[in-house]
Amino acid sequence: MRWVFLGLAMLTALVIREMGTRGTVSDRRPLMVFSDMDFQPRYNPQAAGPFFADGRAMRTPPAGTVPFGGTDYECDAGSPRQNPDLLREDDAYYRGKKGTTWVTVNPLRVDMKLLQRGQERYGIFCAPCHGATGKGNGVITQYGLTGVAGITDALHALMPDGQFFDVISNGKGRMMPYGPQIKVRDRWAIIAYVRALSRSQNAGITDVPESIRGELKP
Amino acid sequence: MPLIFTQRADNWLRRGMAGAFVSVVLGITGLYYYAPPEYTRVGYAPKQPVAYSHELHAGRLGLSCLYCHTGVEESSVAKIPPTQTCMNCHQAIKADSPQLEAIRVSWAGGGPVRWERVHQTPDYVYFNHAVHVRRGVGCVSCHGKVNEMPVVVHEKPLSMGWCLECHRHPEEHLRPPDQSTNFEWQPPQGQNQRDYGLTLKDQFGIRAPETCTGCHR
Repeated sequence: MRWVFLGLAMLTALVIREMGTRGTVSDRRPLMVFSDMDFQPRYNPQAAGPFFADGRAMRTPPAGTVPFGGTDYECDAGSPRQNPDLLREDDAYYRGKKGTTWVTVNPLRVDMKLLQRGQERYGIFCAPCHGATGKGNGVITQYGLTGVAGITDALHALMPDGQFFDVISNGKGRMMPYGPQIKVRDRWAIIAYVRALSRSQNAGITDVPESIRGELKP
Repeated sequence: MPLIFTQRADNWLRRGMAGAFVSVVLGITGLYYYAPPEYTRVGYAPKQPVAYSHELHAGRLGLSCLYCHTGVEESSVAKIPPTQTCMNCHQAIKADSPQLEAIRVSWAGGGPVRWERVHQTPDYVYFNHAVHVRRGVGCVSCHGKVNEMPVVVHEKPLSMGWCLECHRHPEEHLRPPDQSTNFEWQPPQGQNQRDYGLTLKDQFGIRAPETCTGCHR
């Protein structure tokens, strides 16, 4: 009897030794105990696929096309309504231009909600370089990036909204295009917020209501 | 009546039965311990083609999750960022670092960087990032404190039972939706998570599905 239990105890010890305990950090691929239908013959987003030469399942959109996810029912054939935005023809909204001149007024209605959205998106996408106050002193400058524009200075105050839009979308100098990361609407929200930020950064004593000027400390 | 089995055979039978019983118990215990994702997936930390550190980028630099994972608010997938997102900074910062070789090759037209996937649900699970993030389930709830991970580790089991724990009691994990990407978020002073979560659950009308078709189609 002793030998039976001794044998089992040794087997258990061996299993624990080989398999370890739960939560052990390892770079071994997860063991698939039952893999039935875990991996189905379909292409998942951003996954690899053997069909195309470059090994990717996803395709780059051909030049001059607009993405259509198949969920825009107002664009379906026979739909009684048309989605005017499908082709993104509105140059003012989608490119910040009217003909060859920059749009000077934000095409969106600027209200508190838009400004708050702009503030949030500015914090995510712009502040790492341009800094929370827009002075061009974001965290990245501590790592050696120089020449980040201070976007609240006098020069940028003169820049039309449309040109701001173009720089965000297509980049400028060392700044890479942020069009792929920031949605069109959010870009306009950011521009509206930058205007507000600029005003706050260049405010003088006359911008403070007289009634509370006394509360200010130098 | 004569004995059918000898004393010796009887001893062997007893030993065999005891041994078989203990083996079955050990076997079942072993399966329970080793077969679920709590063992198979938790702790998975694959080596990536680039030793990207979330601890540096999301932690010390304070970049938002959304800077790179731009799809998380409106798509079922969070999105692994394209090489261009890396180059936003790394065309200028540490542009010659040998660690970034794979990024430069990719940027020069060498195809995508082949990141190893850490968190993966089976193909029959239709998990949607957007509905969770926009209803106030934080990144940290499923991915752990990624902002403290130099190498991303699969921290939660992502097993079905684990999903259901939260679907049955979402209040334990809810936060205001605009705090979804905040790793340090705590319920407001003087309120516990449960009560605060229940308020949010009411406010946003959260009814996390507990039926099969909620996640499987």
